[in-house]
Amino acid sequence: MRKFMPGLRKAAPQLVSLGVILFFNWLAFPGFFDLRIQDGRLFGSLIDVLNRGAPVAILAIGMTAVIASKGVDLSVGAVMAMAGAVAATMTVAGHPPPIVLLSALAVGVACGLLNGLLVAVLELQPIVATLILMVAGRGIAQLITEGVIVTFNDPGLIFVGTGAFLDLPMPVVLAAALALLAVLVVRRTALGMLIESIGVNRSASTYAGINSRLLIIIVYAFSGFCAALAGIIAAADIRGADANNAGLWLELDAILAVVIGGTSLLGGRFSILMSVLGAIIIQAMNTGILISGFPPEYNLVVKACVIILILLAQSASLGGVAWLPRRIPAAKSKEA
Amino acid sequence: MINVLKSIVLGSTIAAALAGSVSAASLTVGFSQIGSESGWRAAETSVTKQQAEKRGVDLKFADAQQKQENQIKAIRGFIAQGVDAILVAPVVATGWEAVLQEAKDADIPVMLLDRGIDGSPDLYMTMVASDQVLEGKVAGEWLVKEAAGKECNVVELQGTTGSSPAINRKKGFEEAIAGTPTVKIIRSQTGDFTRAKGKEVMEGFLKAENGGKNICALYAHNDDMAVGAIQAIKEAGLKPGTDIKVVSIDAVPDIFKAMADGEANATVELTPNMAGPAFDALEKFKADGTLPPKQIITESKLYTQADDPMKVYEEKKGLGY
Repeated sequence: MRKFMPGLRKAAPQLVSLGVILFFNWLAFPGFFDLRIQDGRLFGSLIDVLNRGAPVAILAIGMTAVIASKGVDLSVGAVMAMAGAVAATMTVAGHPPPIVLLSALAVGVACGLLNGLLVAVLELQPIVATLILMVAGRGIAQLITEGVIVTFNDPGLIFVGTGAFLDLPMPVVLAAALALLAVLVVRRTALGMLIESIGVNRSASTYAGINSRLLIIIVYAFSGFCAALAGIIAAADIRGADANNAGLWLELDAILAVVIGGTSLLGGRFSILMSVLGAIIIQAMNTGILISGFPPEYNLVVKACVIILILLAQSASLGGVAWLPRRIPAAKSKEA
Repeated sequence: MINVLKSIVLGSTIAAALAGSVSAASLTVGFSQIGSESGWRAAETSVTKQQAEKRGVDLKFADAQQKQENQIKAIRGFIAQGVDAILVAPVVATGWEAVLQEAKDADIPVMLLDRGIDGSPDLYMTMVASDQVLEGKVAGEWLVKEAAGKECNVVELQGTTGSSPAINRKKGFEEAIAGTPTVKIIRSQTGDFTRAKGKEVMEGFLKAENGGKNICALYAHNDDMAVGAIQAIKEAGLKPGTDIKVVSIDAVPDIFKAMADGEANATVELTPNMAGPAFDALEKFKADGTLPPKQIITESKLYTQADDPMKVYEEKKGLGY
């Protein structure tokens, strides 16, 4: 247990932020923490936060790896739309769910491979390389759906979005499983350290014998995979692929989740679990705004203010004077 | 096939003969469409083509792919071809003076479909559009009648904050329920006109209102949000259409399917047939020079479960929504 204490302490600003947001949600709506079983799954606002936050959390898992390698993936929202479109049109065409799911995930991985090739081999700036697919991807999704919302009724595919496992909604289960798996892979092997090393200094890492080209392609492919999974969930949730709106602007939410989680946009040290926590913080705020009863004109202003406060609470220069419990001084001096 | 063609030709000849001295079959009309931004747009395009075919109008269609410069180019092309009239669904409100003046100088009447422009009304003959305030009003009046004097708490899913349909449809609904204190809006949030947000916001409403037991009806500014919200209501263990009444606007095919299943109660049509009234006005103008009013308002028709929703669904499905 003692081993986890420094991790908890490091996560203090985020956990405090989440606690404060949940407290305000509870003030706005006293039944916020009520849970009950409804049709074989847990039902309540807290579950909504996790369920609605799952797609962004999944995006953030992939985005963390990309950002740690000093890149960024702007195409995840468009890849979501493409994967959803592929899943919906194939289902309507009568293909069985396993083939549909594999194909949609394969589309995501292919998009990620394309991004990875542009960044690692052609050495394009990540922001530009992924911007290409961000713009084109949504167009391709619209081509696949022919501009309409393709609806489906296949129970297998719908289960991914609205089913339940151990009383928990499927999206939450998938996000949690993916997060654990990703953490195990990057922390129980050297992979995480290699990605961090590329993020800090790619040429030094290459000279040290790391195959940076391959690793960068892998992280983008992983991000594409995550985006496709999120896209399938989003489509299954509304039983239809909405190419115009699925995943729209979610790339920004995913980047924000990573930043709130404390991973530097300049690459290097990262934490997947903290990014997931970031996604939950964002969604806790969104759900709170929805049930607060504020007029919708205030939504974005409230959101912006809360995020500024969260980021200020984490800022190192404010840390010394702030009322928040900050990292222990010893750890701080070691980092510096 | 030939028989069908023959009957179409025959039909339109008879229709033209009945319509007046001038034969509509001689008309050539250019149509500059915005592009395919939504299902409704696609339906508008196919209905316009159907209307033209029915009347024997030679329709020249140009898709602007959401760009004003393409629309201006298309209009210049129509002027050069010497068409009898030009239909435009303007992508933006500003910047039309020069090209519409050219059309005016060439004596070609211009008719705006669905959207207006900033600028002198002299530049166009008429504008065919729906009355968004009326759409909200029709929805509200239906609910007031349906509630029949009983207490009814309404939750509202607004369109994209600040967009004109969101503002006007809210206004119309509020006007309709203003005289009935028993019907009141208890929660109102934006669902951005999308299914996903409609579902998410409805989930929030249901939790915040005692698991949905305080909610008597949902009013959504478009059908897509209503379709999303219906799923949220079902997942909360309530019956949409019975426990919570659902009324929305647009009349897209999927809401008719929900109405046929008893999960939605009413929708107000935003008709994709903007070209029909425009062709009517044009034929009248060509026949005896009658100028149409500057603004032609299309009908905001109410559909309920009593209107054979499955039949309407089949009719609408093929329009490209």
